Amino acid sequence: MFPSRFRYEAPHSVDEAISLLHDGGDDVKVLAGGQSLVPMMKLRFASPEMLVDINNVPGLAYHRADPDGTLRIGALCRHADLEFSDLLKGTQPTMAAAAPLVADPLVRNRGTLVGSLCHADPQGDWASVMLALGASVIAQGPTGRRAIPVAEFVTGPFENALAHDEIAVEAVVPQAKGARSGGYLKLERRVGDFATVGTAVAIETSGGTVVRAGIALTGVGGATIGCTEAAAALTGKPLTADRIAEAADLAASAAQPKTDHRGTAEYKRQLVRVFVSRLLGGSLAADTAAASERAA
Amino acid sequence: MTTTADESRALDEIKIGGLGASRKRVEDDRFIRGKGNYVDDIVLPGMLHMEILRSPLPHARIKSIDTSKAWALPGVRLVLTGEMMATRNLAWMPTLSYDTQAVLATDKVRFQGQEVACVIADDPYIAKDACELIDVDYEPLPPIMNPWQGLAEDAPVIRDDKVNQADNVVYNWEVGDKTGTDRAFAQADVISKLELHYPRSHPSPIECCGSIADFNRATQKLTVYMTTQAPHIIRAAVAMVAELPEQMIRIVSPDIGGGFGNKVPIYPGYVCSILASILLERPVKWIEDKTGNLISTGFARDVYLKGEMALRKDGKILGIRMHTDADHGAFFSDAQPSKFKIGLMHSAFAAYDIPVAHLTARGVYTNKAPGGVAYRCSFRVTEAMFFQERMVQAAATDLGIDQAEFRRMNFVRDDDFPHRTPFGFLTDSGQYAKCLEVGLKAIDYENFRKEQAEARKRGRLLGLGISTMTEPLGAGNSREYDILGIKMFDSAELKIHMTGKAILRTGAKTQGQGHETTWAQIVAHELGIPAEDIVVEEGDTDTAPFGMGTYASRSTPVAGAAVAMVARKIRAKARKLAAHLLEVSEEDIEWELGRFYVRSSPQRGVSIQECAMAAYSNMPDGMEPGLENTAYYDPPNLTWPFAVYIVTVEVDPETGVWDVLRMVAVDDCGVRINPMIVEGQIMGGLTEAYAMASMQFITFDADGNCVGSNYMDYLLPSAWETPGYELHSEVVTPCPHHPIGAKGIGECAAVGGPAAFVNAVMDAISETGVRNIDMPVLPDRVWEALKYRRDVSGAPPIRQD
Amino acid sequence: MTMVYDDLGDEAAAEVPMRRIRFTINGAKKVAEIEPRLLLADLIRRGVGLTGTHRGCDTTNCGACTVLVDGQAIKSCTMLAVQVDGREVTTVEGLASASELHPLQEGFKQEHGLQCGFCTPGMMMAAKALLDRNPNPTEEDVRWALSGNLCRCTGYQNIVKSVLWAAKKLEAGA
Repeated sequence: MFPSRFRYEAPHSVDEAISLLHDGGDDVKVLAGGQSLVPMMKLRFASPEMLVDINNVPGLAYHRADPDGTLRIGALCRHADLEFSDLLKGTQPTMAAAAPLVADPLVRNRGTLVGSLCHADPQGDWASVMLALGASVIAQGPTGRRAIPVAEFVTGPFENALAHDEIAVEAVVPQAKGARSGGYLKLERRVGDFATVGTAVAIETSGGTVVRAGIALTGVGGATIGCTEAAAALTGKPLTADRIAEAADLAASAAQPKTDHRGTAEYKRQLVRVFVSRLLGGSLAADTAAASERAA
Repeated sequence: MTTTADESRALDEIKIGGLGASRKRVEDDRFIRGKGNYVDDIVLPGMLHMEILRSPLPHARIKSIDTSKAWALPGVRLVLTGEMMATRNLAWMPTLSYDTQAVLATDKVRFQGQEVACVIADDPYIAKDACELIDVDYEPLPPIMNPWQGLAEDAPVIRDDKVNQADNVVYNWEVGDKTGTDRAFAQADVISKLELHYPRSHPSPIECCGSIADFNRATQKLTVYMTTQAPHIIRAAVAMVAELPEQMIRIVSPDIGGGFGNKVPIYPGYVCSILASILLERPVKWIEDKTGNLISTGFARDVYLKGEMALRKDGKILGIRMHTDADHGAFFSDAQPSKFKIGLMHSAFAAYDIPVAHLTARGVYTNKAPGGVAYRCSFRVTEAMFFQERMVQAAATDLGIDQAEFRRMNFVRDDDFPHRTPFGFLTDSGQYAKCLEVGLKAIDYENFRKEQAEARKRGRLLGLGISTMTEPLGAGNSREYDILGIKMFDSAELKIHMTGKAILRTGAKTQGQGHETTWAQIVAHELGIPAEDIVVEEGDTDTAPFGMGTYASRSTPVAGAAVAMVARKIRAKARKLAAHLLEVSEEDIEWELGRFYVRSSPQRGVSIQECAMAAYSNMPDGMEPGLENTAYYDPPNLTWPFAVYIVTVEVDPETGVWDVLRMVAVDDCGVRINPMIVEGQIMGGLTEAYAMASMQFITFDADGNCVGSNYMDYLLPSAWETPGYELHSEVVTPCPHHPIGAKGIGECAAVGGPAAFVNAVMDAISETGVRNIDMPVLPDRVWEALKYRRDVSGAPPIRQD
Repeated sequence: MTMVYDDLGDEAAAEVPMRRIRFTINGAKKVAEIEPRLLLADLIRRGVGLTGTHRGCDTTNCGACTVLVDGQAIKSCTMLAVQVDGREVTTVEGLASASELHPLQEGFKQEHGLQCGFCTPGMMMAAKALLDRNPNPTEEDVRWALSGNLCRCTGYQNIVKSVLWAAKKLEAGA
């Protein structure tokens, strides 16, 4: 119910924050949204010695597209900002589908996408979305910035690749090579539930061919699962019903679900298959509609 | 004799907030301002805070407890262990079911979450810190996680603290006519069988339990502010357990943030806070957290059914056989009428005209929290009616008869009341067939069946589920009903002040049912005093007349009746005052709402307010002054509301997810005091029904870990998942023996609702031949039923890799 | 202002890190000396003494603790009190003006949107944030916006009606 004691600092710049992390010792955590960290601290599953609260650091609450279409999400961009973002609704279908499904509306007012990636909960929704999009995390430390691809960013359950004196300041989604389609389907028994299964699908098509595909899974393994085989099976070819079925099967095989109170492993694999089919089916329909529009 | 229309000066009953008025609630004024007075809002000078240390293991011997580090933490005032409680004879306490329950564990812990020690400190954060510093050395024992494990040959005896307890059986009980039932089964054309588990659930009001115990050494008085639905029962229990004189104990139940039966039992936390206050001579506040509430306080249900129905091939039900096994947890602590070990389980099938039935029931100890009777259950009636309607569904399916028709042909007929059920209850009144008709029309039954058939051709699975039931409310008559020997009457005390305003106190205790609003409406109905002139108080044992509290939907039937009776006593005295004021004899006096008048000249009359003033200033010779009275009501019988709940759903065959399309509820609860409040109760009950049917339950893994001890795992539906409801109130069959014809409603929808949802899903997947999916009917269970065409059980322990 | 505490010794006091914060609550300016681990809900309830904001769970699910911080609806049990330094907090006690109830409060009473009242302050604060952002919500919008607030008594149907009642009244008054 109540966290154990800790020291607290609230810096006003990224450099100040980095300096506090550098000098603070081993047991320091960064506090952004706090919607995952504070609950863990209240249950005493986490008892950091010091918290560095970055909510007073200006200039981190943005999300914007560069002229070339690269999407940048600042460390203090809240889930709610993304849920209500016209930019996302217009240009990022996978992210736009996922944002409303993260936790609940009140938690979304505080929680951040970057924070969620750093927290590295295997049940986190954003990790699979970002993995499917081939995103990276920008880490800033005493010696400067570096980009860490999401696939390398999560190193284990609740563990990330940041050095102890680095802060994640931004997430970057690379520009699209074609028209984006896809989405995020999550079986949650009610709002705020962790996913029984979550599936992120991000497709880019150009000239009738899939030029980039990303499929990633939440909740069916000890970590977010990237379905590289399934994605590869789609890339470089037109999207067809047969290829969709094949990709769905490959994605289901890539899953490593456990039987537990949310269902059997077999059931969860089946959900992966169904969700990937439905999402790719949606892309196909969008493709077909776009094609007939072009033809008309 | 009545006045003619143009002479009548009777008040407009709806305008003054009498019966039938959807009067806005009095209690809202403080709640909407955030000025409620819940236990955790109360602050007393010098108050300390208590936190409980709970067992992480479900079954283990305690080898040692080291509290030295906790004592050493600055701000800690007291650390209590079972050993310390034992020196004061308080380590164990009697339960409301004549068993004993550990207050703080001494020899063993018997469920995960059981109270092992507690810390009292200056601040709740420090109390929590100190709990973490207590070192307990446990020696794990094999845990019993369901009745079958408990009944096994080599099962460890959980209650080895009890003399003469050789196994894990709590009781064996039976009711009904075994011989007659066996004969009926021998003559049956078809026997329909069903086995299922009603899973463990928890009432989980949003507000957790808590108490502030305040022992004042100077006055020797103990005051306890407590989240309790039954303050007088608590006072009696505290007098017994703490051996304090009853007149020096005051229990105050302030605003309660939801009860649903969770706040009836006496919990170890209350007892520890009381002892701590006596030892420290300072107020001690204990507020539990949600985990403590879910893992240790009075759970609900957890009963296994083996049901059989003897049928004639034309659809007539010839007899019922039921066997239930109840998982009671580690202590038998249910609050229920003492005669009935499994509560009113034998009220099952009361709505149907069945000649004979037999029920056997067994209770088993397991390594889980104690309880079973809770959560809008009307004393196990939720289980009874769920089993009933699932058996009825299976029987209709087995016979190939339409679900609605099968029920209709077996209903008790309108002219057959009072009706003796096969288990010996006497139901009071009803119009069952009419209610069913209203429901079927509302859901457009014929058309839905057509739609369903069409949809099936295109691979879509639509389903419709019906649940019909009458249930016993208003426990209960003193011949048959008591808790710990105390009879289950209730009370009302009414004082009319000289200006005609009034204060009413009852022995009930509202937790959201709106008593402050509705009891005044009964007085308005009887006396013509506007409801807004009547203030209603409950919950303080120093001022409230003795009552058995509010649970099991008993307040309108019992306390409400007492309110009507006390108002009538007052009206009888007011009549004498009126005669005196009007200078006529009492025989010449007539009454209309708010006014007495002279029969032979109706324009001559006095208002009830004038009578009140006279009681203080102008009474006739020989009459005691004042206008106040008390009534204790011993109900002659239970009351029997009836309901029809119909749900339509669509099931996604690929994922097993199901959505509610429509939900129709037809409730006949007799006279409705406040229709708005009645509808609120129904919608709340339907939501709990939906929750249990779709997602909400407590289970355990093979190691005995509780899954569902916090809101991440114990799923309550939000506004997003919860369906909308279509409520029908056209059918009103008054209760013939209740002073205002009311039957009660609080739990009906939670009792009858779950089966409607489950039956709907079963109907949607009926082509698989699956007879049962245990609640909650989770998507993975539906999918498994569809894929493998077999029943799905949800009994613990959960399957794991 | 004079405050008297039990003296637990200098050593004990030194171990407790304290911070001083300034914040506004329902328009009133406050200063507080608190431990960083104090949760905002406890600052409001025990520090300021406003008990309309309730604690209902321990896993950030129920929403009974919902308040507004700088106009955003958040769960005060999952925010540290130190985080409102320099910020504005609004609780249920700040909804009504000196002379009138807020339309949300009226709406909850008119449409029987509460029974035990425990979830009600949180519901109203979440609803206020919704109406501030979207003055003309549909039923679906309301259910979605309140999906982080749990109620056991009402079944939500009347809560939705209460919020829509308030929306209508606010639009009429606007």
